[in-house]
Amino acid sequence: MFDFAGFLDLPLIWYGLIAIAIILYVILDGFGLGMGLLFPFAPTDQCRDRMMNSIAPVWDSNETWLVLGGGGLFAAFPLAYSVLMPALYIPIIIMLLGIIFRGVSFEFRFKAQGRSRKIWDTTFHVGSLTAALMQGMIIGAYVQGFEVEGRHFAGGAFDWLNAYSVMTGVAVVCGYALLGATWLVMKTDGETQEWARKSAAYVMWYVAVFMGLVSVSMPMMNPDIRALWFSYPNYLMLMPVPLLTAILFFVLWFDLQKDREIRPFVLSIGIFLLGYLGIGISLWPWLVPFAISIRDAAAAPTSQSLLLVGIAIMLPVMLAYIGYSYYVFRGKVSHEPYY
Amino acid sequence: MLTDLDPVFLARLQFTFTVAFHILFPAFTIGLASWLAVVEWRLLRTGDKIYEEVYRMWVKIFAVTFGMGVVSGIVLSFQFGTNWSVFSDRTGNVLGPLLGYEVLTAFFLEASFLGIMLFGWDRVSRKMHFASTVIVAFGTLLSAFWILSANSWMQTPQGYEIGEAGILYPTDWLEIIFNPSFPYRLVHMVTAAYLTTAFVVGGVGAYYLFRKQHVRHARVMMGMAMIMAVFVAPAQILFGDFHGLNSFEYQPAKVAAMEGLWETKKGAPMVLFAWPDQAAETNRYAVEIPKVSSLILTHDWEGEVRGLKEWPADERPPVAVVFWSFRIMVGLGVLMALTGLFAIFLFFRKKLFDTRWFQVWCMALTPAGFIAVVAGWFVTEVGRQPWVVYGLIRTAEAASPVGAEQIAPSLAAFIVVYLFIFGAGTYYILRLIAKGPQTEDEVFGTHGVDKPPIFSDMASEKGGDHV
Repeated sequence: MFDFAGFLDLPLIWYGLIAIAIILYVILDGFGLGMGLLFPFAPTDQCRDRMMNSIAPVWDSNETWLVLGGGGLFAAFPLAYSVLMPALYIPIIIMLLGIIFRGVSFEFRFKAQGRSRKIWDTTFHVGSLTAALMQGMIIGAYVQGFEVEGRHFAGGAFDWLNAYSVMTGVAVVCGYALLGATWLVMKTDGETQEWARKSAAYVMWYVAVFMGLVSVSMPMMNPDIRALWFSYPNYLMLMPVPLLTAILFFVLWFDLQKDREIRPFVLSIGIFLLGYLGIGISLWPWLVPFAISIRDAAAAPTSQSLLLVGIAIMLPVMLAYIGYSYYVFRGKVSHEPYY
Repeated sequence: MLTDLDPVFLARLQFTFTVAFHILFPAFTIGLASWLAVVEWRLLRTGDKIYEEVYRMWVKIFAVTFGMGVVSGIVLSFQFGTNWSVFSDRTGNVLGPLLGYEVLTAFFLEASFLGIMLFGWDRVSRKMHFASTVIVAFGTLLSAFWILSANSWMQTPQGYEIGEAGILYPTDWLEIIFNPSFPYRLVHMVTAAYLTTAFVVGGVGAYYLFRKQHVRHARVMMGMAMIMAVFVAPAQILFGDFHGLNSFEYQPAKVAAMEGLWETKKGAPMVLFAWPDQAAETNRYAVEIPKVSSLILTHDWEGEVRGLKEWPADERPPVAVVFWSFRIMVGLGVLMALTGLFAIFLFFRKKLFDTRWFQVWCMALTPAGFIAVVAGWFVTEVGRQPWVVYGLIRTAEAASPVGAEQIAPSLAAFIVVYLFIFGAGTYYILRLIAKGPQTEDEVFGTHGVDKPPIFSDMASEKGGDHV
């Protein structure tokens, strides 16, 4: 049986790969879910058609990153997968139901006429909102840690539900709305773009406030995290993370006052990346905070090695054709059907 | 009250419901993607508009079906963990990479090129569009390859060793991927998917012919479907037989349940009909043909077939479910092969496209493939019980530490949501079928996006009938 454990730090590599899959999901499906969050607030039906058209060709591949994140966790860290999933049973099931409603809304809405289209407008919004809220609550529960005995989750059915997780849920909803709004600024023009720009400028303040709250509360709740961020010399090395985040917010705010089209979206992605990095640094080296580390959860070296071969070959190929599919649908989107 | 319910039973019910629901969509889209590739290839070769119109009609149906398949599939990838965490923990080293390869090689491929297939008609060249259809079709087959490899390994596990805490460790990947039941299951399942699609397409073609609508398009649909019925339906019976012989070798208890045999016998009878009684360990109201089971399974009139009593009661699958699902599947398979025979007969009498009773027959068999696939799935999955990994891990010990008070509501939610969505999806597909292929001057938003009112009104006045 081959394995690369002799010369590669497999658990570390896989931790990185799954982290990348998850953040790609958060960003890519984030602007798609954001579209659903903003949907009922759009000024006209024509705007809504444009919003839908802007993500219809890519939402399916964007959502596949979630499957890669979940499947990758199962393959590379089966212990973490089998502890986290039962621990988060209820929010995950609700999230899945939200994703189902939102996912079928695309095709059903295209087929529906007249009043029944309103049904799918609603499921699109409610499904996106549910999925986004649950994802945020899952993050909130995750950073607070889980009760584990042996190889099982040992806590209660509602451990995930508290004021803190509700706060992170709302935070992610706002964050996705920001991603969605800046995506629209890039992909549309005229009335839709103007509305999207206003929405982005509005919601970005909420994002800033929530990010501040999370950044302050995490070290307060956990002495280890406090020690990590506020001890010397970590303090100096980690300072760029919050500093850069603040700078990005300022640039974003200025950009949204002017007619920048692409940069606001890039900046929003940057803000997400930095927030994600901050959480990642705080929770290192836990995969199931604060019970199972990435090394304890790692699958057999041969299993991690086999799938690594697949990643090494397929990831560049995948990125190439995913890039191509975005290229095919480049430019401003119209409300007209694609054909 | 909820806490009185058995959480393992609820978890099994939930998995059965979500997987049986999900399997309907790939069973259809695997075949449909390949068929659309053939239709588009005919279009490129002949330049005949008829193929474009057929393609554009069915690609919309494909889109609706694929969308439902994607979202119901995401649920499954999480359910291994939410409901079967002990199974995930113990088999993750073996099955994780197989599922990982499915995502890496198939899911992204399908998802990305599906966008071009559906929305890219005017944005890419004809050849690139054709390539996208072929790639999506290829992706659906790759996906089937990996998921059936994983499923087959749960039926006929090999290439592993057992470590601490019952965790399985892989020892030979080729043995794991190409486990003994995999080739048979893959061929049987993909063929089933092709037949499912053929009977849907053929049934819709027959419906148009019956109503004398879209006759040219209907001939393309019906003609191509009948080619499948003639050649593939009989082949499927043969593949199924091979698969059965493979199960007889590796999972004899499953085959004993399929055949409804309790006693080990030389010259075992074929039980045509019976009501298997698990508690009394016997069949009620049995109708049997002597010795035929032995002949089929051992190719010898006097061959020995092991009966269910060979295994302790707690290692036997639920017999009635397996027994009856098997008969439903085989019965439908025979009807499909018969369709092929009728088609040959009518073809040589030059009446294939205008025999009324045969059109009704084909319309009646439209859902045959779906029912047969689900029945077959029941045979293989329920037949594996009480094991989740055959002979290694019992289903009862594989479940998550999640109580009935969580699973009962989630199961109820899945049932309500799936029935609502399935209902809506079926409604939209039926409407697309009723609307039929759109000829040149009617085509507006080919992806079904609203036409300007004036066009919709014209189309409805014309009744969509242009033949």
